[in-house]
Amino acid sequence: MIDLLQFDFMQRALIAALLVGLAAPAIGTFIVQRRLALLGDGIGHVALTGVALGFLTGTAPVLTAVAVSVLGAVAIELVHARGRTSGDVALALLFYGGIAGGVLLISLAPGGSNATLMSYLFGSISSVSTQDVWVIGLLAAAVLGMVAFFGRELYVLCQDEEVARASGLPVRFLSLLIAVTAALTVVIAMRVVGLLLVSALMVVPVATSQQFTRGFRSTMALSMLFGMISTVGGLTSSFYIEVPPGAIIVIVALAGFVLALGLGRFVRRSRPQESSP
Amino acid sequence: MSGGQVSLDRRPVLRGIDLTVKPGEVVAVLGANGSGKSTLIRALLGLTPLSGGSTLLYGAPPARFREWWRIGYVPQRLSVGGGVPTTIREVVASGRIARQRRLRPTSPADREATERALETVGMAHRAADPVQALSGGQQQRVLIARALAGEPDTFVMDEPTAGVDAQSQQLLADTLSTLVDQGKTVLLVAHELGPLEPLITRAVVLRDGFVCHDGPPPHAVGAHALPGHDHVHPHAEEKPASPLDWRPTS
Repeated sequence: MIDLLQFDFMQRALIAALLVGLAAPAIGTFIVQRRLALLGDGIGHVALTGVALGFLTGTAPVLTAVAVSVLGAVAIELVHARGRTSGDVALALLFYGGIAGGVLLISLAPGGSNATLMSYLFGSISSVSTQDVWVIGLLAAAVLGMVAFFGRELYVLCQDEEVARASGLPVRFLSLLIAVTAALTVVIAMRVVGLLLVSALMVVPVATSQQFTRGFRSTMALSMLFGMISTVGGLTSSFYIEVPPGAIIVIVALAGFVLALGLGRFVRRSRPQESSP
Repeated sequence: MSGGQVSLDRRPVLRGIDLTVKPGEVVAVLGANGSGKSTLIRALLGLTPLSGGSTLLYGAPPARFREWWRIGYVPQRLSVGGGVPTTIREVVASGRIARQRRLRPTSPADREATERALETVGMAHRAADPVQALSGGQQQRVLIARALAGEPDTFVMDEPTAGVDAQSQQLLADTLSTLVDQGKTVLLVAHELGPLEPLITRAVVLRDGFVCHDGPPPHAVGAHALPGHDHVHPHAEEKPASPLDWRPTS
């Protein structure tokens, strides 16, 4: 592990990985409770168009990805709020549009090809620039700040939207906030995990930690721990065995989930009086 | 609410309802399944948009109403959502939300109100358990505790007695009578009143989206007096055939 830290690019990638591991499950807990597990995927696809736009216009792909994915997230949320039935179809349309737009734009960009997109799709440890680390740090602070600031309200919203409304909460604003925060998280995770696998970090650690926990807060805290273990563990292994980091991070997270399934059953059984009399 | 109309999927559910709940009243909205009871109270709170007429909460339309802490809404059932576990205490404590400011940590008053609400519904000893492990009646108690924790003036309850065991029903009745003694206003939807009956000061009966009775609650006993009876009565528009029928004869 020490020799890893001698490489500058590895230091940058590890900082990015830590931040991703913290931020993604934090917002992910709300997303899972709101039954929006696929939201991250939708935004991820849309962000690809943003990345390609960055290459085409010569601006930093991270910044264009932020802009496009936030727009995409707002679009998804508006469609979701309009009517539930057409929600998944609209989400699917964004999936296709995002990928198609990304491939189209990158092919138009000078010297760009689908290979350029590969590192964004599945993550890459060697390509995290210092600028990326700064952007990722700022975004992660924004995500965690929003969770801390609006956490109580988001909790009520994700439990029951009507109760949130009957408590005078700004339901539409909070829903948009979740979508936008998810979009920022996607961009944070883009460099390390890759756009296609981003959503796994929002969902899998939460699923893992709820095998052990009884409360919402504890689920979130534990999932952030699992998230960091997966990203840092996966990234470190990807340095040694030379595979895209996104893939191995997700495999580590999934392995943790399978392990937790077995362990969780054991933990629950040893607890007295959990089931109702 | 005056002239309140609601259509769901272009089907009229409420067709012109005038209803004013005065402070201190205990109003039961009765009616058969599908008569629009739940829709009525949701529309009163502005949760379901009106297609005609208007509704006011303490004199303000819902969109401009700011004193939401005055209202404690108890939904029909606890929503499980995506299944992230949450403890009973977390759910009950979230009832304080309308009284809390952003970034302010939970105050001692918040904690005290939460604990008191847990005690009231007899769930304090299970406060750290996940709500997912509870029976229907226990979940209902948690929902009521959440509303209690917010210390509102008015409680709006959607079918608090539906699918609830006798013990929880009795507990609900006891809790309500304490609230009534404190001068709180209660508006509840029920299919059957059960042990709540003696507490009700006014009954509003809905049928086909209209109010077909508004006045004193049924006091007579027997099958004919049960609220469900009226709605299957083939001659409901005629003069009451039975002396036990509780509808006003005027």
